Amino acid sequence: MKFAVKALSSGKARAGVVHLGSCPSSIETPCLLLSTRKGLPIFISPDLLSSLPSPDSNLLQFSPLHLEGASSTLVSSGREVSKRCVNIGQEARWGDTTPNFDSSEGPSPKTISSIGGLHQMVGLHEYGFAAVARDSIQCLPECGSTNKTGASFETPCGRRLIKPVEYMEMITSMKPNLWATLADEVPAWANNKRNKTSVDRTVKWLDECIARSPLLLKLVGRGGQNRVRVNPIGFRVVRAGGAVFGSIVGGSNIEERKRCAQEVAVRNVSGYWIGGFGLGESMEERPSLLNAVTDNLPKDWPRMICGLGLPEEVLQGVAAGVDLFDSAYIYHLTIGGFALTFPLDRTEKIDYNYQLSDQGSDRTKINLRATVYRKDATPIVEDCCCYTCQNHTKAYINHLLNVHEMLAQILLEIHNTHHYLGFFRSIREAIKEGCFEQFQKKFVQSRREHLAADVVSV
Amino acid sequence: MALRFEVLGRFNRARAAQLTLPHFACQTPLFMPVGTQGTIKGLTTDQLEEIGCQIILGNTYHLALRPTSELIDELGGLHKFMNWPRALLTDSGGFQMVSLLHLADITEKGVTFQSPVDGKPMLLTPEESIQIQNRIGADIIMALDDVVRTTITGPRIEEAMYRTLRWVDRCIAAHKRPHEQNLFGIVQGGLDPVLRDICVRGLVDRNLPGYAIGGLAGGEDKDSFWRVVAQCTAALPEDKPRYVMGVGYPLDIVVCSALGADMYDCVYPTRTARFGTALVPEGVLKLKHNAMVNDTRPIDPTCACMVCKNYTRAYIHCLVTKDAMGSQLLSYHNLYYMLQLSRNLHSSIVEGRFPECYIIPDSNLCASRNSNVVRFLWQFPKGDVPEWVCNAMDVAGIDISSCCSS
Repeated sequence: MKFAVKALSSGKARAGVVHLGSCPSSIETPCLLLSTRKGLPIFISPDLLSSLPSPDSNLLQFSPLHLEGASSTLVSSGREVSKRCVNIGQEARWGDTTPNFDSSEGPSPKTISSIGGLHQMVGLHEYGFAAVARDSIQCLPECGSTNKTGASFETPCGRRLIKPVEYMEMITSMKPNLWATLADEVPAWANNKRNKTSVDRTVKWLDECIARSPLLLKLVGRGGQNRVRVNPIGFRVVRAGGAVFGSIVGGSNIEERKRCAQEVAVRNVSGYWIGGFGLGESMEERPSLLNAVTDNLPKDWPRMICGLGLPEEVLQGVAAGVDLFDSAYIYHLTIGGFALTFPLDRTEKIDYNYQLSDQGSDRTKINLRATVYRKDATPIVEDCCCYTCQNHTKAYINHLLNVHEMLAQILLEIHNTHHYLGFFRSIREAIKEGCFEQFQKKFVQSRREHLAADVVSV
Repeated sequence: MALRFEVLGRFNRARAAQLTLPHFACQTPLFMPVGTQGTIKGLTTDQLEEIGCQIILGNTYHLALRPTSELIDELGGLHKFMNWPRALLTDSGGFQMVSLLHLADITEKGVTFQSPVDGKPMLLTPEESIQIQNRIGADIIMALDDVVRTTITGPRIEEAMYRTLRWVDRCIAAHKRPHEQNLFGIVQGGLDPVLRDICVRGLVDRNLPGYAIGGLAGGEDKDSFWRVVAQCTAALPEDKPRYVMGVGYPLDIVVCSALGADMYDCVYPTRTARFGTALVPEGVLKLKHNAMVNDTRPIDPTCACMVCKNYTRAYIHCLVTKDAMGSQLLSYHNLYYMLQLSRNLHSSIVEGRFPECYIIPDSNLCASRNSNVVRFLWQFPKGDVPEWVCNAMDVAGIDISSCCSS
């Protein structure tokens, strides 16, 4: 992995370029990592994925916990029950009468290795994968059950405790382009003692993860982001299996955030994963917490974050100097039947002539279930060039939602992803033009004004 | 009449043809995926074109409920509404009513039923069914028939058959768009050859663009099933398409094609996909089964579809029944399988090598050129081909003795 900052705006916001081995083109940052489940988007099938703008859409987020089974342990009432995830709830829903035969195990790390790793397994050879244990949709950190042996997550298969050794076994077999070390994330209301423990633990696990990452002895030249040690006879010991992103936590405590960042900054990593956000901190306290982290990180290495999903939250992250973002926003919009419509054109003047918004819209998104769209034969956004807007109408999607057809979610995920990637593009443009702060202010203000107008007009 | 049907090749009773419809020129034998509510579950129209789908079936009953045929009409018809540029067929709505609704009752007027929306008594007449289908705008529309399950016996079958003929006349009279939509009649008569014969003659007299063989695929035994199909295909005109409704399993399609049928529809491939079952030459593959967890082979090594080219059974196993993506990928494969089956049937008949399709795997004839060929008898590696298949192939004039152990 290679990363370089190309432009700065308003001090901290940076536009950069990241290059991953498997992707033919470099990807510009700040950029969005598309959410996946078991390596593929939730609804967009691989052949439709290529209809999204490239290379913007080539970076995918992936949680190894999605392929739970062989490595992690199922914890039930504090006891280790079994190593297999027997998903009784879901099987019962599907009317499965033979639970003994069917399991919800993913392929074992050994199988994944024999297939050739994640890229091979999901057939996305020219995409980049970032592996992070937490995904803000279905693998949520459960700090109450996390202990010194491992991190606990709430997943669709129940609560799972994952130890660094198990995590690294999965990372090694999957070979993502980059991966975050295992972290102990606590919510904003955690007490100081618990928070401090989480920092100590996260740093300890970082060291453990790095120690367990596969070693590769090779003759390498200079350069590259992986820090290398040159031993006396001229070989370099390189960490293989993807670029390591050191995890940084610290909850809502500025001092702990700073401490953690400083600890991780001296470690042998290729980038930084900022955890613990999107877990209850307020919009107001977030910027100072973010800055407490990024101010203590070297400028030349990429920063990735989890949990900042909404546009305003992304802007906060960009302002603090974050480069890579995942987002659960698209997923939630999609399953709710919403489509993004907020203007991406930065030259749009703020419209002070407010009209009554129709039932379906708040001017940032529309609710396609609303009856007002039953006969609307226009696309979601008039000049959007995504597959959905080029091929289908609001009326058709409204119908699909009403009859509970999966195609509705497929079409919505395509449009919403396309639209959000456009948002990231306008962020990058604003940074390159040196007016990011202005862009952020205008964006936030116009959305607030729309909402205020809606309240007044009702 | 708004179609052209041109036979391009034959093998005994089997025929390969070009069926030119207003929206698309199809090749038969063909399989129609069922897009119940204006969509094939989980697939886009682009993907359907990609895998070679020529014509889709839409259910009139469901579409009339939601979003209503009036709305579809207002928005320019179903093709425009779902953005499907190729052909469409709608059924009459009768079958769904009888099978889905409580208290559905059939009288001379039509099908009376309780509206699923508000419980009010409603009536679907032949006229109303055609009007709804006119609004939806499919290339082929079906006459409302009095469909009776083949498991029923007695005078009801005869009553239904005669009523079907009377209703066909009402359908013809009510049809407002004969130059854009082709009205097919449906042969009823249960398992009674005499009744079936009367019905066929009656429909042929009406000189319709095409004919369907209805009332099958409902639980009758296979021996009775094939005989009805054989009888009807023998009696129906040569120069018009024959559609066996609700069929079906790959084996059934091959046998019916051998007997002279051209068109098929079934929910089976997509429905079974959602339960984690893949269609393969050897029969079916249950991806949910524990044995698949670490199986790194593709679903079907001989299949050229995107799913088989990219994914292992192990990966699909962890998706099926749990993630939307699992349904999508399996539906994609299963439909590709069925469409490839139809393409193989068409090309093998046109190229005069139809019986070669049945050569069993270890024969030298089953080599490269035929690597995608229909090998439906691979389902019976021990040579235990069912008797009904042997009997049917006998009548079709195709020698499969080399595949049978007895």
